[in-house]
Amino acid sequence: MASETHNAADAAASAPGLPQLNFDHFGNQIFWLLVTLVVIYFVLSRVALPRIAAVLAERQGTITNDLAAAEDLKAKAVEAEEAYNKALADARSEAQTIVNAAKAEIKADLDKAIAKADAEIAAKTAEGEKKIAEIRANALVSVKEVANDTTGEIVTALGGKADKRTVTAAVTARMKG
Amino acid sequence: MEGDIVQMGAYIGAGLACTGMGGAALGVGHVAGNFLSGALRNPSAAAGQTATLFIGIAFAEALGIFSFLVALLLMFAV
Amino acid sequence: MATETHGADQGGLVFHPMDQFIVKPLFGDGPVGLFTLTNVTLWMALTVLAIFALLVLGTSGRATIPSRVQSVAELVYDFIRKMVEDVAGKDALVFFPYIMTLFLFILFANFLGLLPMAFTTTSHIAVTAVMAVMVFLTVTIVGFVKHGFGFLGLFWVSSAPLALRPVLALIEVISYFVRPVSHSIRLAGNMMAGHAVVKVFAAFAPMILISTGIGLVVTPLSILAISTIYALEVLVAFIQAYVFTILTCVYLKDALHPSH
Repeated sequence: MASETHNAADAAASAPGLPQLNFDHFGNQIFWLLVTLVVIYFVLSRVALPRIAAVLAERQGTITNDLAAAEDLKAKAVEAEEAYNKALADARSEAQTIVNAAKAEIKADLDKAIAKADAEIAAKTAEGEKKIAEIRANALVSVKEVANDTTGEIVTALGGKADKRTVTAAVTARMKG
Repeated sequence: MEGDIVQMGAYIGAGLACTGMGGAALGVGHVAGNFLSGALRNPSAAAGQTATLFIGIAFAEALGIFSFLVALLLMFAV
Repeated sequence: MATETHGADQGGLVFHPMDQFIVKPLFGDGPVGLFTLTNVTLWMALTVLAIFALLVLGTSGRATIPSRVQSVAELVYDFIRKMVEDVAGKDALVFFPYIMTLFLFILFANFLGLLPMAFTTTSHIAVTAVMAVMVFLTVTIVGFVKHGFGFLGLFWVSSAPLALRPVLALIEVISYFVRPVSHSIRLAGNMMAGHAVVKVFAAFAPMILISTGIGLVVTPLSILAISTIYALEVLVAFIQAYVFTILTCVYLKDALHPSH
């Protein structure tokens, strides 16, 4: 490592003094620095910065607009939902009305039909009863005649004299008893 | 190694000037350490103070750079 | 200065950590005059081109949904604009293009200087001192134009006890005039130191060509050190541009609102 100390001195020899402190070069550096700074300043202030500011402002505007539009759309969606709900409720109540009306109508029809059927049934029943009563009356008369006849025959056959009035009275009494 | 006593003095001085960098290191470490301990106590306030941190570090470091400059001047310019 | 020349002849390690900062004419070997095209010119022109590419060509699409380059340009724009607004106040936005110019120039000069074989324009005291003096003059002129002699109240610490105020005023005045010095030397010194350290480690790297035994240890170590220091230098390149800019904003705040 001994050679390194030699070489440090060697380096110093190769560059007498610090390059930064070589005043001969200051003018050149300062001149080019000023040129550079002026160029950068004009590029920035004329082109780059206004452009970026415009882009950023435009983006901010777009974002604001989009947010507003989104807010609008959201409000619209809420409105639409409300309208939908209202329509649904309306339809429901209407359907209820219709159902109720139909129910009432059907009920009325049914009642009418039942009443009619009841009336018919009642009429038929009455007719039937009448017929039964008739038949029964006829039957009773026939039975009386048959009984009279039969009684007369029997009495005759037994050798008696069949008095028609007596027989009838007897049969009538018998049949009542 | 041949050379004159002025150059020897300059090199020794350059070496001694470098101790100033240690001071700058202490200073920078102090700034950063205190910032960190403060930031750990109140992390929500830390983000707003990073600029102050860098300014503090820059001030502390500038003095170390001065000693480095003195060393360079002794090495190359004297 | 010592005049030994045997080091290079022996094929030993060659240390020229400061040679990278030498200003040379681009063409020929003549003296460096005021308008000579030098490597300073070349690297400053490259800086301008890089800034132009990022901020003008990169944003030429003017897209609402930015491309990658455009979003980087917008990031830089927002970063500096916010810094100016937060540190120096809203009325400092007049100086926004000026501060942006300084930031972009320093940032790109630092980054371009990190390329191998590059020349770092910001490592020169002449360059940084001009910028620092520009800032100093701007701040002073703006302060006096805006507040007249009231600007001198900056040095009169009204919160301190009356007896201490003259002493403090003296200190404040000195520190005010030291500002451009520290402002410029901080940037140049950081750049110079970092690049010189990389160069010194780079000089150790060919050790393996001289002595295989020592070289097996020294060469990988120096390459590792170069990589590490280089990564640090990338960080420093940004931080120094940031610090230069934010200090400009801080000084500008003093000029615009000199209430102590």
